[in-house]
Amino acid sequence: MAAKRETDSRTQAERKSERELVVTRTFDAPPRIVFEAWTKPELLQRWWTPKSFGIVFLSCELDVRTGGGYRFVFRHGDSKPMEFFGRYLEVTPPSRLVWTNEEAGDGGSITTVTFEEQGGKTLLVMHDLYPSKEALDAAIASGSTMGTDEMFAQLDELLAAR
Amino acid sequence: MVQYSPTRLDSSFAALSDATRRGVLEQLGRADASITELAQKFHMTLTGMKKHVGVLEQAGLVATEKVGRVRTCKLGPRSLDDETAWIEAYRQRWAARFDELDNVVAELKHKEKVDGRKKRDR
Repeated sequence: MAAKRETDSRTQAERKSERELVVTRTFDAPPRIVFEAWTKPELLQRWWTPKSFGIVFLSCELDVRTGGGYRFVFRHGDSKPMEFFGRYLEVTPPSRLVWTNEEAGDGGSITTVTFEEQGGKTLLVMHDLYPSKEALDAAIASGSTMGTDEMFAQLDELLAAR
Repeated sequence: MVQYSPTRLDSSFAALSDATRRGVLEQLGRADASITELAQKFHMTLTGMKKHVGVLEQAGLVATEKVGRVRTCKLGPRSLDDETAWIEAYRQRWAARFDELDNVVAELKHKEKVDGRKKRDR
């Protein structure tokens, strides 16, 4: 358990401002490799939905270029498929990716991921910028950023553990 | 460690299990609204919307205030109370993904090394 917590703490997350969430993590490989794992659908599918989430990919389409679109379709148990989609606003290999999150309508965030070389390793910073304080508050209130079904799965676990 | 209160979880679980109520929260995140406006927005009767808002209010996710004949709804105190718990859940979710990503990255790194060696040996 202690070891698990140690690896777990390598991922930091905070609400940086009224409109921003920031997640950081370091990976033991240069940016070109980490970037590749974010931009090839067959690689991204291998890590985006860990088993513990209880969701599986039905499809994963990535058109990784400025102006290109992406669409993820997931299923959680017997629920109806969930879609997540948007457009890439900026693609600069191997250092920067920017995309929109449009499944939640105009309250969706813009995600910027930067891959910074640090002595052969990669410092990854993921930055989610919401259109307003209210939009981020609402995402938190409704659990929409997590994918509501995933949040329910976590609630289910917590409730079952009572 | 964040403490989850089961009663609170039960009430938010029930409140959020309905697509209309989740829509109402997102809507109120953008701007306060009266029950009448919400009913119109979600193509619903006033009575139907009152019920939904009632459930959200009981869970503390929405607060309402009656001024004259109009009942105005806004995001409730619970929404922000739960921010710390939400961010921790969000962090854990990315931590789980990144642990998987470590494996993919290690494999790519290894493959690059082997391929590089092959090229040199050619």
